[in-house]
Amino acid sequence: MATPTAPFLEPIERLAESLKEARRHGESEEAARLAARFEQAVKETFRSLTPWQQCQIARHPERPYTLDFIHGMMTEFVELHGDRTFADDPAIVAGFALFDGQPVAVIGHQKGRDTTEKVRRNFGMPRPEGYRKALRVMQMAERFGRPVITLIDTPGAYPGIDAEERGQAEAIARNLREMALLKVPIIAVVTGEGGSGGALALSVADRILMLEHAVYSVISPEGCAAILWKDQSRAEDAAQALRLTAADLKRLGVIDEIVPEPPGGAQLDPSRAAELLSSSLRRHLKELRRVKKPNLLLARRYRKFRTMGEFVQ
Amino acid sequence: MALFDSSASKKKGGRSSVPDGLWVKCDGCREILYHREVSGNAFVCPRCGHHFRISARERLTMLFDNGRYKELFAKVRPTDPLEFVDSRPYKERLKAYQKRLKVHDALLVGRGTIGEIPAIVAAMEYAFMGGSMGSVVGEKLTSAAERCRQRRIPLVTVACSGGARMQEGVLSLMQMAKISSALARLREEGIPFVSVLTDPTTGGVTASFAMLGDVNIGEPGALIGFAGPRVIEQTIRQSLPEGFQRSEFLLEHGMLDMVVPRQELKDTIARCLRLLHAA
Ligand SMILES: [Zn+2]
Repeated sequence: MATPTAPFLEPIERLAESLKEARRHGESEEAARLAARFEQAVKETFRSLTPWQQCQIARHPERPYTLDFIHGMMTEFVELHGDRTFADDPAIVAGFALFDGQPVAVIGHQKGRDTTEKVRRNFGMPRPEGYRKALRVMQMAERFGRPVITLIDTPGAYPGIDAEERGQAEAIARNLREMALLKVPIIAVVTGEGGSGGALALSVADRILMLEHAVYSVISPEGCAAILWKDQSRAEDAAQALRLTAADLKRLGVIDEIVPEPPGGAQLDPSRAAELLSSSLRRHLKELRRVKKPNLLLARRYRKFRTMGEFVQ
Repeated sequence: MALFDSSASKKKGGRSSVPDGLWVKCDGCREILYHREVSGNAFVCPRCGHHFRISARERLTMLFDNGRYKELFAKVRPTDPLEFVDSRPYKERLKAYQKRLKVHDALLVGRGTIGEIPAIVAAMEYAFMGGSMGSVVGEKLTSAAERCRQRRIPLVTVACSGGARMQEGVLSLMQMAKISSALARLREEGIPFVSVLTDPTTGGVTASFAMLGDVNIGEPGALIGFAGPRVIEQTIRQSLPEGFQRSEFLLEHGMLDMVVPRQELKDTIARCLRLLHAA
């Protein structure tokens, strides 16, 4: 494997590799034996993943990215570019496609696979143009009556001089405000890293789903450790304290559903991961399409976020 | 990634505020000043114009007519939803701040009049955990926007914050969406919202309500941005240009409508409300 990976996953990945190799020659005793060993190894490793291990899976370099999910779940994808103001931001892809034969808008963060592509995609960290392009496509979706599906996978919005000059904060804030009133159904799926405001800017939705091994947090464990522990190497402790796993978010009432991943994680079987996500999306889209009055949709969306947070009075 | 300004969280709110006593030292010009000279000048240095950081109570007193207001949503108090512990349990931290500052959390909301126009002002308390935004700030600000919508009166916010409150995790992040949703509804009704950004306003506070004013006003020299300067320097590995992320820089880049000295702030807000608000 060319890319670094989470060390605790290596035995599983080696077994998956061998199994794939054995199956290339058809089912055999050897394949059956490897399959059993793989299953056992997954069971043992995944029985009690730590939050830090979840982060490592969410950031796995072979995890399916937005374009992989789009091609795995949809057809006729037409990508649109540019915010019509300054530039096109490759860290976000946006466009329209057919899902189950029905047109939808699809928007997501995009990370790169190899070094050149990683740099071009800015490691999935959008600049203001990215958020403005996303909003442009969402508003098109509203005009043309298409539901919006967003796929979230970013370390965060880009912290750079140019991004600040062009109003990173304003771009994110505006998306939050405009998404609150967008008169078509919105489903947000955290597929990998849900990195703070940069993730939230595409996630004000009627349904928020999270892949089993995705994480969603107000700050990265490293950033949190640096500030609160004054020590970046305490990221593992910070990951624990932040409650950022899918199970945590379900418990906190932030997400609606955990979407299962193939055994060993989505990176081992991206097309199966896309199938599993498709079936979940299908169900939620069907429910949301049944809400015929836009005002009812918006009232429910408002209530969803209105009740988030814990306090006493 | 950058919902916090790490430099801000370390200051514990002390640096720029005016300590009680006869004399104060100005952070701008290093002059030793007579306390009354400063407090009588809206906590602005009469020599160099440096704006001292002030408390939420002082802010409300300064903005409302005759300094009179009724506090709203005063009973909303924080809990510890994540049972968060770093070097110290969050619960203990909260208690210590509450005891020292005599406030429940980092936002005060008041109702009164500004230039005789009824309005609600929500002001952040930087001294309380760096003005960080958790569930209480989110709930009070959302309630304030909803109240303004019901009563058809303008909303004024005064931001002063390092960003979202890490100790409430993703629930803090969701406050950005919650507040922005309430502001979207206020906006639909054509009710004015004036956002004042003071030193510092960074992270999730800037990336939600602080940037959403119909009118955005910065105090002179205030640090305003999404990412904190330290995070940016670490990312791009170069030092930042002079004046970067200051109010004047944001004005130049089209993110603020004006930079207004504190002595003129109330009158400026009153004028905006008169021009925009259909009573
Ligand atoms: Zn001075």
